[in-house]
Amino acid sequence: MTQDLVLRARAETLGQALPPLLAAAEHLSATVILGGHGRRRAGMGDEFWQYRPADAGDSARMIDWRRSGRADSHFVREREWQAAQSVTLWVDTSRSMAFTGDRARPPKADRARLLALALAVLLLRGGERVGLAGDTAPPRSGRAQVDRLALALAGDAPADYGAPVVSGMVAHGRAVFLSDFLGQMTGIEDAVARAADKGVRGALVQVLDPAEESFPFDGRTIFESMGGTLRHETLRAGDLKARYLARLAERKDRLAALGRASGWHFLTHHTGESAQAALLWLYAALERGR
Amino acid sequence: MLVLGPLGFTAPWLLLALAALPVLWLLLRAVPPAPFRRRFPGVALLLGLTDDKAETDKTPWWLLVLRMLAVAAMIIAFAGPVLNPQDRQPGTGPLLILLDGGWADARDWPRRIDRASALVEDAGRAGRPVAVLRLTDAPQAPVFQAANAWTGRIGALGPQPWAPADLGPWAAVLPQDGFDSFWLSDGLDHPGRAELLAALETRGAVTVFESPRPVVALRPAIFEEGVVKVRALRPAAGGEAEFEVSARGPDPTGAERELARVGVAFRAGETEAVTDLSLPPELRNRLTRFEIVGLRSAGAVSLTDDSLKRRKVALIAGGGTREGLQLLSPIHYLQQALAPVADLIDGTLDDVLLASPDVIILADVGRLSVAEADGLLDWLEKGGLLLRFAGPRLAASDVSRDAEDPLMPVRLREGGRSVGGAMSWGEPKALAPFPENSPFHGLAVPADVTVRSQVLAQPDPDLAGRTIAALTDGTPLVTRKPVGQGQVVLVHVTANAEWSTLPLSGLFVQMLERLAVSTRPATPRAGDLAGQTWVPGAVLDAYGTVAQAGDVAGVAGEVLAEGLATGPRDGLPPGLYAGADRRVALNVIGPQTVLAPAVWPDRIAVEGLAADREQALKGAFLGGALALLLADIVASLWLTGRLRAAGGAVAMLALCLLAAPPSAQAQQGGAQDDALALQATTAVVLAHVLTGDPQVDALAEAGLRGLGRKLSERTSVEPAAPIGVDLNRDELAFFPFLYWPVTATQPLPSAEAYAALNRYLRTGGMILFDTRDADVAGFGGTTPEGRRLQELAAQLDVPPLEPVPADHVLTRTFYLLQDFPGRHAGRPVWVEASPPDAEQIEGMPFRNLNDGVTPVVIGGNDWASAWAVDDAGAPLYPVGRGFAGERQREIAFRFGVNLIMHVLTGNYKSDQVHVPALLERLGQ
Repeated sequence: MTQDLVLRARAETLGQALPPLLAAAEHLSATVILGGHGRRRAGMGDEFWQYRPADAGDSARMIDWRRSGRADSHFVREREWQAAQSVTLWVDTSRSMAFTGDRARPPKADRARLLALALAVLLLRGGERVGLAGDTAPPRSGRAQVDRLALALAGDAPADYGAPVVSGMVAHGRAVFLSDFLGQMTGIEDAVARAADKGVRGALVQVLDPAEESFPFDGRTIFESMGGTLRHETLRAGDLKARYLARLAERKDRLAALGRASGWHFLTHHTGESAQAALLWLYAALERGR
Repeated sequence: MLVLGPLGFTAPWLLLALAALPVLWLLLRAVPPAPFRRRFPGVALLLGLTDDKAETDKTPWWLLVLRMLAVAAMIIAFAGPVLNPQDRQPGTGPLLILLDGGWADARDWPRRIDRASALVEDAGRAGRPVAVLRLTDAPQAPVFQAANAWTGRIGALGPQPWAPADLGPWAAVLPQDGFDSFWLSDGLDHPGRAELLAALETRGAVTVFESPRPVVALRPAIFEEGVVKVRALRPAAGGEAEFEVSARGPDPTGAERELARVGVAFRAGETEAVTDLSLPPELRNRLTRFEIVGLRSAGAVSLTDDSLKRRKVALIAGGGTREGLQLLSPIHYLQQALAPVADLIDGTLDDVLLASPDVIILADVGRLSVAEADGLLDWLEKGGLLLRFAGPRLAASDVSRDAEDPLMPVRLREGGRSVGGAMSWGEPKALAPFPENSPFHGLAVPADVTVRSQVLAQPDPDLAGRTIAALTDGTPLVTRKPVGQGQVVLVHVTANAEWSTLPLSGLFVQMLERLAVSTRPATPRAGDLAGQTWVPGAVLDAYGTVAQAGDVAGVAGEVLAEGLATGPRDGLPPGLYAGADRRVALNVIGPQTVLAPAVWPDRIAVEGLAADREQALKGAFLGGALALLLADIVASLWLTGRLRAAGGAVAMLALCLLAAPPSAQAQQGGAQDDALALQATTAVVLAHVLTGDPQVDALAEAGLRGLGRKLSERTSVEPAAPIGVDLNRDELAFFPFLYWPVTATQPLPSAEAYAALNRYLRTGGMILFDTRDADVAGFGGTTPEGRRLQELAAQLDVPPLEPVPADHVLTRTFYLLQDFPGRHAGRPVWVEASPPDAEQIEGMPFRNLNDGVTPVVIGGNDWASAWAVDDAGAPLYPVGRGFAGERQREIAFRFGVNLIMHVLTGNYKSDQVHVPALLERLGQ
């Protein structure tokens, strides 16, 4: 629990540096819950929008009698249609995210959680509804959701590599996937395709450790995945570096192509860098995606 | 033992293990370096990649060679390799150990005793009876005894300060039964050595031990051509060698110290080296001995006697000198006779008296002024020799005519007499042989010495006793009278050839010599020595240490003369022998002594000199194996790619192995110095010298802490925590006071540390030396700590010391104290001696003493134990018993307070002697 508190405190600190983030809302119909987004048209909401002459279909209850009293005709008071956006976060908690190449650096999972929670803080402050993919924390608004998110993010998955979960994702909402995307591409592609089918757009953030980028290994080595399910033995690890880096670049290319094809944004973030840059990018990506 | 060329093996069968190396080759080759397991999520991307080359699956050949070499080195090491092995055959039968035991052995006597002890122990293990002989003793038959009977006695043997006499008689006393011999030779040839060696060889095997350290000796210094010639000699002509010779003697305060130091260098191929030492007469006359610095041997010490001394002689002639009449000058012959052998002083009587000459010669001087006469008398009382010559002026004056003049030995008759002249009867008179009580006794009287004129002595009752030379008719020619410690001698003729031919003869010079006017020749003749008993004043031991002779009996002159020719021997130790009027130095090395190296026949095994000494190589091989294994670690790490991770540790290890100690110290040095300086200067800090004994250091620290507390409680001095000072490293200038507990085992500080200590003492620092032994043997006695203190302080600039006088400022700087106990009580404490001219002013309770702080305080009362407190302030060690003990502790604290007050305020309390004068000046 204290860990959650620490995570939350750090996330709050990171979020303070940005103005409240208002996610763009492209679609209104399905998630009509009033929020902070004026839709520049009449509808349900708190803000006054305009008075219009009452039509035949309007019930008497809708007529604004105070306005109508100053004129000869009846007027209906319209309010601006406001709606909140649903943002679904998926953070990879599989064991591969527990890797760090240096004791001084946090594991990748730490950085992914931090980014997710910071984004959630920002979004919640802007009045959005934020939830986690799956059914642990459905999208809700309000400050209390931060605690629930932090609690839900704390768990670890037993699998070696994680695949995005699409369940619980609100149609036409936004989604952010945070993972190292080193597992099977099929799972990722599948998830993004299904999300795109639901009209969900969003961002893919690949969190990598610098060691995974530089491959600083040499000599006779047995590489094992974090869970031990995969292993690869080599006599001269140094020789593999170029080929490994090529494969990594190919993986990034595929992810970027996937994003382009489905209208998602893609970023590779390294735990050695500042989290702020990634949060800024996420802010911009969710703004851009409208 | 297996011997291969210069290599021998003590356990050769272990070398068989080398045959197993090829097996090792196969084993090691099959095992590649262990892989490194690494968790890495990116492995998903690696799947399916294959290695380019598969050949490193096996251990690389060079790593194999490295490991094989390491194993081979270990095998060889455990086989016990020895370079230049020496085959020792354990003998059987009795073993005779011969020690030369002369002065030349003293240079490494402990080593010889160690060797002899080892031999005795070996013999004891083998059940062989042993006898030990010292060849400087009188010949005696060896007594073979069980080894354990000798073990205790060997350590008690010491070298003698002379060389073995003729070794021939030893051959006669050896028993006829067979025995082996081991001869610890001093490296010098002694008479009869070959005979003894031959006799020993008939009895059994002979082994000889010789020390590789060179023998160097010092001949007596001689005075020639205005310089002192210092001569050193060595037995064998070797390469170039340089030694330093220290000339020692008393300084003006009477303490013995080094007066001069000169290097003497042997040139290659020469056995004798000479160097000139030019000294002013004042210093030269004070020389007591020369010694080669750093050699402990009686041969390296040469005592000087009167032969180096030059007497100061003042020549004063009566009347004005007449130009052009040099040969008629009353003092011409005296000048000629004395100039080569004495320092002549010219001038008026008043002037020369100030120079305090040894001898004043008045040639034909009549009346002296009252002031001059008084000055001369004072000088005579103190031991001067006044030599007067007669002459026309003296004969014409009425000096000592009616009453005896104090400056004349006899009364004179008016006018004198002339014999053998144109106007007189009789022949010129010749000299009578000198009587036995005369200082001239033994001098031959040349027949051609005649006297034509003389002054005559009045017949007096004591005239006969005062006459030391007379003419054939019995008239006194030379008379003498003691005055105080000095004497007045009157020669009844002139000092020139006017009245007699005496000044023209060699007898004149000899007589001057006998009167101790001129310096004697370097070596006294046997005749000079005969007839007297010569009492040794100071004697040398074999190590060249000068000691007071004590109860050593005097020797007859004949014996001494023989000793001077042949060297000292038993019963005639080297030293300074005093006779009636002169001192003769008997040195181990005489002017003619020749040092010949002992040459042993080839058949005799000589130990200790062998150039290729036996050397065990086990350690070297093991070290090499270890180094190879370390290299193997680094190589294996490199092979498995772990070198980068382990790089830091490996680099650290390599640094430690290579040059860690000096560099680490150098790095720390600067920062440490600064820290020490800050710590020592932010408050008054009492410091103690680190002795290297942790217990003593802790005690000193606790003691100074206790003293610091008392100071804070009672005085305005509030010291910070005490600091231990490493003399070799730390700056001393920060500390006003150093407490130096002396332990018997403490190492001597380095030369730089001594320089720093002397600077510290000269610039007002104070050291409290504490031998902590209750001074049971008296100051400078024979406790181990006392001896160590002497060694420690030998190079310190310590002034003359005295026990604390009752009016020393230390007795009243804070408390009024008269004794200075620590844990022990009642032993004297020594401080810088008060100046000799200190005198007590009337009405003052104390003298006006030293201006300044005594640089050292020396005692043995173990003050630190009395002062020591623990962290809670409770005393750590008991002092005495009951209340008296607590009182003693209190006095100890008071001494500490007084001491620190003395250090910090100097002679402030001493200035109170001026208080009455100041009050008077203020008008009170």
